[in-house]
Amino acid sequence: MAEFGSFAVVLALTFCSYAMFALFYGAKTGRRDLVKSGEHAVYVVFGFVTCAVVALEALLLRSDFSIEYVAGYSNRDLPVFYKVAALWGGQKGSLLFWSWILTMYGALVALRNRRYAGKLIPYTLGVLCVTSAFFLLLNTFAANPFERLAMDHGDGVKHAFAPPDGKGLNPLLQHPAMVIHPPMLYLGYIGFVVPFAFCLGALLTRELGSGWIRMARRWTLTAWLFLGTGIILGGRWAYVELGWGGYWAWDPVENASLMPWLTGTAFLHSVIVQERKNMLKVWNVVLILATYLLAIFGTFLTRSGIVSSVHAFAQSSIGTYFVVFLILMGAFSIYLVLTRLEFLKSDNQLDSYASREASFLFNNLILLAACFAVLWGTIFPVISELIQGEQVTVGAPFFNRINVPIALFLLFLTGVGPLLAWRKTSFESMRRIFMWPTIVGLVIAGVSLALGTRSVYAMISFGLAGFVTTTLVSEFSRAARARRRNTGEGMLAALVGITATNKRRYGGYIVHFGFVLLMIGFTGQAFTTEGWGEVKEGERFTIGHYEFECLSIADVEDPNFVGMSATVAVYRGGRKLATLAPERRHYAASDQTTSEVRIHHTLAEDVYVVFSNVNEETGKAVMQVWINPLVQWVWIGTVVIVMGTLVTLLPNRRERAVTRQKEMVERLLAESEKVAS
Amino acid sequence: MKRQGRFAVGIGVILASLGYFAFVGYQEGRAYYKTIDEVAAMGDDAVDTRLRVAGVVQPGSIERDGKELTFTLTQLVEDVSSSMVVAYTGSQPIPDTFKDGADAIVEGHRRTDGTFAADHIQAKCASKYEAKYGSSAQHPSQVPMSGAADSASGGSY
Repeated sequence: MAEFGSFAVVLALTFCSYAMFALFYGAKTGRRDLVKSGEHAVYVVFGFVTCAVVALEALLLRSDFSIEYVAGYSNRDLPVFYKVAALWGGQKGSLLFWSWILTMYGALVALRNRRYAGKLIPYTLGVLCVTSAFFLLLNTFAANPFERLAMDHGDGVKHAFAPPDGKGLNPLLQHPAMVIHPPMLYLGYIGFVVPFAFCLGALLTRELGSGWIRMARRWTLTAWLFLGTGIILGGRWAYVELGWGGYWAWDPVENASLMPWLTGTAFLHSVIVQERKNMLKVWNVVLILATYLLAIFGTFLTRSGIVSSVHAFAQSSIGTYFVVFLILMGAFSIYLVLTRLEFLKSDNQLDSYASREASFLFNNLILLAACFAVLWGTIFPVISELIQGEQVTVGAPFFNRINVPIALFLLFLTGVGPLLAWRKTSFESMRRIFMWPTIVGLVIAGVSLALGTRSVYAMISFGLAGFVTTTLVSEFSRAARARRRNTGEGMLAALVGITATNKRRYGGYIVHFGFVLLMIGFTGQAFTTEGWGEVKEGERFTIGHYEFECLSIADVEDPNFVGMSATVAVYRGGRKLATLAPERRHYAASDQTTSEVRIHHTLAEDVYVVFSNVNEETGKAVMQVWINPLVQWVWIGTVVIVMGTLVTLLPNRRERAVTRQKEMVERLLAESEKVAS
Repeated sequence: MKRQGRFAVGIGVILASLGYFAFVGYQEGRAYYKTIDEVAAMGDDAVDTRLRVAGVVQPGSIERDGKELTFTLTQLVEDVSSSMVVAYTGSQPIPDTFKDGADAIVEGHRRTDGTFAADHIQAKCASKYEAKYGSSAQHPSQVPMSGAADSASGGSY
């Protein structure tokens, strides 16, 4: 089975190289038959990588511990669910998983455009094959998951062996969110390779009209959705599983996933300016390229361990591969942009601060600033070591100082931007549009001050949330009322109606509303209280408005672990709200201790209880408690964002007809120019 | 061109204020990686500087008193062992990976009596995931996107 898997990877690499040649050469020389055969090879590559993935899964399920990867990341008693997930539990497996998703995307692009006759798609597929080839090379030479365990018995010969049981999957990863979260992130990271391929295809063929940008936008939106959902799922996992009371720590690995998401967000906004005003063409190309490079860089950062290098994490050789590949792709992309500048000229200029264009400009500026700050902070230990010779880390204060004002400014733009007119908005119409939202925002900020909010940022955030929500409500209600006047429908039907006829606009508004909720959730962090109590059965302690009574401390047993649980009753104002039983567990297979957090959720705040340890002298349980206001809104906001994005992704018949017409006009114009010259 | 100039002013103001925030945040959050010997050599100069120190938790040295915790961090450089007493004063629970013999990174300040006051501990079990089969570390922060699994202290967001 292992040989079958290795062989499938090698065959995939071979076919991938052929596809690259057939697609580029065929498209360049106009040989349709060659291009077609290249497209078929793209499907074949996906087929072979699928075989390899199936082979590795079979080895994991059969617990074949002669395979290094299986021995390292699985064990006999591991539930089947997690044996399957062990495919992305370690480095080599997850790189194979990377290749699988990437080649799947390639096959999808080929399938969706199978009737396409021009040059753009063959070049796009060719570029996808270049990235696939890089990862297949890693799978073959640098990180082969099918390698067998071998040991030198001192005679200079490697002898194969199989340990009786594997080392098991890290217990922290044995959580349902951990099974969905990495694939989500991967779908996102790798999804950004597709718009990059379209972009490079367009640059190579010089077909820089609206065709590529339309396709790139949809793929970016899809990738953006997966990546964003993956990031939040990771936060959710950290929150419910790790027991430090929060969901985001500005860890390099988290930052790595945030960066391409930020540039992707910037692209999704600035692309609208290109579609409507034919501006920012170079900028959009640069954003796509940056997003791709950051996605690859993120994979590199996660996989090479370069940033946590003082930790004795095993440095593997794949780091060098990534650096070389990144430099090559980066240099080639920059070369392409520089030689095609004449095709990327802008038709319009910025006129006024009070214009839609300007709000997009500032949106992009600060998203990029945020991305740059995160990048800088993440790689600062490496940079400072190169320059000063000593490692300096910057930590959470740096990231928060800079990103909190950025997030608030973004929230402000979310309210202002969509309502401004293109080119210029008159003072009169600004007053009409923004009077009520401003009043509502100020009232809410004032009320939160009166209720005891002492954080300026929190006050601004609540005020802006009110401001933006009012603008969104007014946008929906204005359009729905106009529709009702024509159709006579009920309010709800009219709301659905306007959303269905302009899915991009109203889907976007739904996403914006989700962002408002997300920001409310983030703002709750300003009011977190934490504390701890040391109790035995029957004793009480108080944290914030809550009182906790320890009901019992008991042993817990399970085939997989041994542990203790402490049952506490939670009271507020003398009323019992919940009984929580956090646990401490020790997993035998991996010799690790974990805390099982218990949380009492309400929309207003979470009561988060951790059984920290047992004081050996007194025998009392040390309970750690966080009161986290508004956290639920982070998850609710995410669900709203996902729904809004799905609305915008629904096929839009009217829009498609318009873009077809546009493309036909472009093609005719190009042909007539050719004839004229 | 005049119009574009007006935008340059706005952009400049935004970037300048972000630069200011970045500087303030850097001042607050920066921490220097030092070895145990370097910390000792810094003497009282180290009192005001935020430091990160890596080492191994000396087996048997962990003493808990409720949430208070002290232990000895040791480091072996070219067969010479140096050590430092660390008192953990942070508000977050100790990571589950923190135990005798674990690799740990502590973050905090050196006190004038030569001990170290840490408000942040990261730890990972040294042997488990890398020793025998290990080429690649399977550690929470090396597993795809798992976040600060081993960190005792999160950021505020």
